[in-house]
Amino acid sequence: MEYGLDLEYSFNEFLKGFGLSSEIAHIIWIPLPMLLVLVAAVVGVLVTVWLERKISAAAQQRIGPEYAGALGVLQPIADGLKLLVKEDIIPAKADGILFTAGPILVLVPVILSWLIVPFGQNLLISNVGIGIFLWIALSSIQPIGLLMSGYASNNKYSLLGGLRAAAQSISYEIPLALSVLAIVLMTNSLSTIDIVNQQSGAGILSWNIWRQPVGFIVFWICALAECERLPFDLPEAEEELVAGYQTEYAGMKFALFYLGSYINLILSALLVSILYLGGWGFPIPVELIAKFLNLPINAPFIQVFTASIGIVMTVLKAYLLVFIAILLRWTTPRVRIDQLLDLGWKFLLPISLANLLITAGLKLAFPQFFGG
Amino acid sequence: MSIAITTQIICFTILSLVILIGALGVVLLESIVYSAFLLGGVFMSVAGLYLLLNASFVAAAQVLVYVGAVNVLIIFAIMLVNKKEDLKPINDIKSRRIISTSICLTLLSLLIRVDLTNVWSLSSPQNSIGEESTIRIGEHLFSDYLLPFEVASVLLLMAMIGAIVLARRDVMSKDISTGLPVDQELIEKSSEPMLTNKN
Repeated sequence: MEYGLDLEYSFNEFLKGFGLSSEIAHIIWIPLPMLLVLVAAVVGVLVTVWLERKISAAAQQRIGPEYAGALGVLQPIADGLKLLVKEDIIPAKADGILFTAGPILVLVPVILSWLIVPFGQNLLISNVGIGIFLWIALSSIQPIGLLMSGYASNNKYSLLGGLRAAAQSISYEIPLALSVLAIVLMTNSLSTIDIVNQQSGAGILSWNIWRQPVGFIVFWICALAECERLPFDLPEAEEELVAGYQTEYAGMKFALFYLGSYINLILSALLVSILYLGGWGFPIPVELIAKFLNLPINAPFIQVFTASIGIVMTVLKAYLLVFIAILLRWTTPRVRIDQLLDLGWKFLLPISLANLLITAGLKLAFPQFFGG
Repeated sequence: MSIAITTQIICFTILSLVILIGALGVVLLESIVYSAFLLGGVFMSVAGLYLLLNASFVAAAQVLVYVGAVNVLIIFAIMLVNKKEDLKPINDIKSRRIISTSICLTLLSLLIRVDLTNVWSLSSPQNSIGEESTIRIGEHLFSDYLLPFEVASVLLLMAMIGAIVLARRDVMSKDISTGLPVDQELIEKSSEPMLTNKN
């Protein structure tokens, strides 16, 4: 399955044309995809914030932001600028070092996880062999940042919020990892590229959502819980804890939390679309379209078409899921802490374990459908 | 020297410095919270060393298990049980310090001796497995290391059941430490929600 645009190769060849050695060309290449993905993530956050404001307004029969740009599209930028120029306050009795390190520790693992998000056959930063496992490992660092900021704020609401956040993300990590494991079992690989390629056989029919419906629902619930979105936003439950671990934060440090939670939401949506909805795959296989148009699959036109369709499909699927998440946030009540832990430990954990067992059995019984 | 090797040396230096300073900080710092967070930093740097050795799966597992589980639990425990305890002064502190210093120095000299006498350079494997290591680890776990693997899981199960028994006193009729029958009413009272007690 080695087709698709290889931008890195062409870029390196292009630089070599100027007489640069391949090592120098590689070093010039390395930061480019990282920067691109970082910009994509931040723009994605701006879009999501705008969507959140507009959809919540629609859900509550308001108009929402309207004056900043057409339909208020510049509102998130205004929000960001406001946070950027606000005074950076560290409370007098707070622990300065930990107070500053907390938000950074929350944001960095989330951004690092974008390393493995593929937008096309060769359109990702690095096809690391451990792929999806890297994301699971990185997302387990986040609770430390939450605990750190909760403790450093020297405020009982912050501490309680931090403890709740850590407890929540520890308990939902296990069913999340188990449902990913079922996918990995079917793919025989941890790499996100392989996971998408395994679903690309027959377009929409071969997506993992049909073979892993239970896993899909478990993963989605757990991803929402990991993002602390509303049915599960106990760590920052306004009525009980003011704003949880964010209570004492202002200015750019608060913005880091804000950015982190939205980047995490988009990342989760992207991963759901990669794991269960065929990633960059078009509902009808591109090979079929190429055959229909009587074009060879390696024609430059088809290559560019496939790459752009891939990016559009990945983003479209992800934003569809973001839309569902936003709708859920503005229409569902918050669960209680005991309901949250009950759901995680007594319902999702056994169900995802059973799902893993059944997947393993089906893989052995029907190797042609469930990956041999 | 190629760029790759230079990068590797720079990364190795930074990582080992972080490990050494962090580990010293874990032992020497007064504040137990700082020690716990530094421990997390040390675990992360060890994961970085594994990455430098091309063992990405082991590195990710290190982060998941040691940082994501062990360290989070340690911090959790510290924050839940935030008891200020005045330590009793020890009488013969001087002689104790001399003894412990001499023991540590002996150990250090032994380690230095080991370092100098042993031949560390292994013949590097002909073809580095790299990304395939995940598969290799799986194969080994389910063939020649099956017994230790299963024993470890039984051990973890025992620890888990023990934790549940300790946490849920109400399932037992006798107190573990004193052997006296447990006053069930007391447990009921302590587990009642606070709001109903007020009325």
